[in-house]
Amino acid sequence: MSPILFELKEGLAISLRAIRANKARAILTTLGIVIGITSVVLMSTAIKGIDNAFQTGVSSLGSDNLYIDKWEWFNNDIPWWELRNRKNLRLDDYEKYRELALLPTAIAPTVWSNQTVKYKDRTVELIMVQGTNHDYINTTNLTFNEGRFFNEYESNGGRQVVVIGFEIAKNLFPRGNALGEDVKIRGHKFKVVGILSEQGSWVMGQFNPDKQIFMPIQNVFKYFQNEFFRSITINVKAQNSLMVEATKEEAIGIMRKIRGLKYNQINDFSINQQEGLLNTINETVGVIQIAGLFITGLALFVGAVGIMNIMFVSVKERTKEIGIRKAIGAKRRSILGQFLTESAIICLIGGLIGLLLAVILSMIVNQFLPTSVQAETVVLAIFISLITGVISGFAPAFTASKLDPVEALRYE
Amino acid sequence: MNIINIEHIAKIYQVGSEEVHALADVSLRIDKGEYVAIMGPSGSGKSTLMNILGCLDTPTKGVYNFKGTSVSQMNDNELASIRNKEIGFVFQTFNLLPRSDALHNVELPLIYAGVSSFERKERARAALEHVGLADRMTHKPNELSGGQRQRVAIARALVTSPSIILADEPTGNLDTKTGEDIMSLFLEISGQGNTIILVTHEEYIAEHAERIIRLRDGLIENDEIVKERFAPIKNGASKM
Repeated sequence: MSPILFELKEGLAISLRAIRANKARAILTTLGIVIGITSVVLMSTAIKGIDNAFQTGVSSLGSDNLYIDKWEWFNNDIPWWELRNRKNLRLDDYEKYRELALLPTAIAPTVWSNQTVKYKDRTVELIMVQGTNHDYINTTNLTFNEGRFFNEYESNGGRQVVVIGFEIAKNLFPRGNALGEDVKIRGHKFKVVGILSEQGSWVMGQFNPDKQIFMPIQNVFKYFQNEFFRSITINVKAQNSLMVEATKEEAIGIMRKIRGLKYNQINDFSINQQEGLLNTINETVGVIQIAGLFITGLALFVGAVGIMNIMFVSVKERTKEIGIRKAIGAKRRSILGQFLTESAIICLIGGLIGLLLAVILSMIVNQFLPTSVQAETVVLAIFISLITGVISGFAPAFTASKLDPVEALRYE
Repeated sequence: MNIINIEHIAKIYQVGSEEVHALADVSLRIDKGEYVAIMGPSGSGKSTLMNILGCLDTPTKGVYNFKGTSVSQMNDNELASIRNKEIGFVFQTFNLLPRSDALHNVELPLIYAGVSSFERKERARAALEHVGLADRMTHKPNELSGGQRQRVAIARALVTSPSIILADEPTGNLDTKTGEDIMSLFLEISGQGNTIILVTHEEYIAEHAERIIRLRDGLIENDEIVKERFAPIKNGASKM
C-alpha cells in the first residue's frame, strides 16, 4: 500500500474512532450541515419544479406555433407607442392570409375578452373567453374530457356554442353533465359542446386553458367586443419545427403584402414565438435560482461556520490527545489529516441526513409542485458537504497540527 | 556505543524581559544499554533536559547528536519521525488516549510508523503480554488501575523497539507498592538490553538505576555510576 493511501486509511480509522467516541458532539455538529444541505437540496428541487412547470406551460403553446400579432410579445427594443400606433390586425387580414398561406397546417384567428359566466345560480367571475375558429384546436394539444371542439360549420355560422376548460366545468357543473347545457354570458346563451381535460399549465395564469372558454370568434365581436377597436392574433401552426422558419418567412411576406407595405417600410406587425416566452421564463427562473441558492447558501455557510467553531472547540478540548499523538511520532500532516477527515466525515454524514430529509420533504412539496430530487442534485449535495467539511475544518486542523508537543502535553 | 551525545546544551526561555536559563550548560553521553536516572529538585531543569533528550524540544545552544546524527537543527516532522522510531515515552500521568482500549493505545505509534494493521495488532499484543496485561487488551484506561495504565504506557513505549525509553516520573501518580512493581518492570526491560532514562526527584526510585545524574540550576552537579552494569536481576530487587 502506498504511504498516502495508508495514511488516508488510518486517518479515516482514527477519525471514525474519534467521532464514535464523541457521538453527541458529532450529532450536534452535523445539525448545521443537515439544515444547510436540506435547504439547498429542497431549494434546487423546488426551482427545478418551477422550471418544469414553466416549461410544461410553455409547451402548451407548442414549439412549432407562430403568433401573428400587432404587438411584439417579448419586446425589448421597439418603443411601445410605435407598437400601439400600428394598424390593428383585422379578421379581413386573417382571411386574406389564410387564402395565401401554403405552409401552415392550421390557422386560427383569436381574440379574447374577460367575461363572467353563469350557469343557473353558479357563477365564474371574469374568465378569459377566447374567440377563435374550428382550426384553433389544431394549433394546440388540447384534449377533451367530454364532447369536442366546435366544427367548421358552427364556426363559420357563428353558432352560440362554447368549449369550456376543466376548472370552469368543475366550478359551474360540480356534478358533471355539462355537455349540452346552456351557460350564460352577459345574458346570452351558449351551448356547451366540449369540456377540456385538465391541462395543468397553472403557471400560465389566465392563459391557462383550464380557466378558459372558447367560442366562434364572430360571437365575441357580436356580443362583447367592437371589432373595429380590437386587434386579433393569428395563431399559425407550422408542419413541424423544421418548417417554423420557412412558415415565418412566408407569413412575413404575405402580411407585408396584405398590409400594403413598401420595400422601405418596416413590418407593422410581429411574428411571435414560444421561444420569446422561453427566454423570458429562463431569465425569471434564473433570477429565482440565484436568489434561492444565495439564501440557502447562507444557511449552508452558517452551518459551515458552526462546524468550524465546534472543530476549534474540539481541537482545544483534545489538546492533550494531540500532544500524546505528537509525542509518539504523529507528524503535522497526520494531525492535519486526522482533523480534516473528521470534519469532512461529520459534514458528509450531515449531508446524507440532510439529503434524506430533503427527499422526504420534497415528497410533501410534490403535492403542490410536481418535482423530485434529481440524481445530479444528490451528487452535488454530497460533494458540497464534503467540501464544506474540508474548508471549515481546515483552520482548526491547521491549528492542531501546529501545536507544540511539550505545551500540548502539559495542557489539562 | 554512544546513543546520546550532547555538548554544551543550553535552553533559554524569554519570560517578559527576563531570560530564564532552564539549562545553562549541559554535556552528557549515554551509551546503549545504560539505565540512567536524572535527578534534581523542581526548577533544576530536568524536565527541560528530558524534553530535549526526547526530541520534543530543541536546545537554544549546543549540539545534540542522537546515534551520530545531529537533531538540534531538525524540523518538526524530522523530530516526529525520530520520536516515533527511536524513543519510547512513559509519562507520570500515563497519557493514554482515554477513549481507546489498551490494544489501540499500544498500536498508536505503529500507525504513525506506517505498519500494516495486521502486524500492528500482533506486535501490540506481544508488547501487552510482555508487560503482563494479556487479559486487559480490550479495557479502556478508565477500566484499568493506575499500575495497569502505566503498564499499557510502557507497552506503548516498547512496541516500536526504540533506542531509548524515556520515563518522566513514571511512579509519581502511583502508590508505593504499585510504584515498586513498575520499577521492577523497568529493571526487567533494562536487563533485556534496553536503554532507559528515568527522570525523578525520588531518591529511592533513582536507586534502581545504574547511573545517577544530578541536576541543579541548569547544570550537572554530579554524574556517578552507582551499580555495576549487567548486575544479575533478582526478584527481590524491589526490596532495596
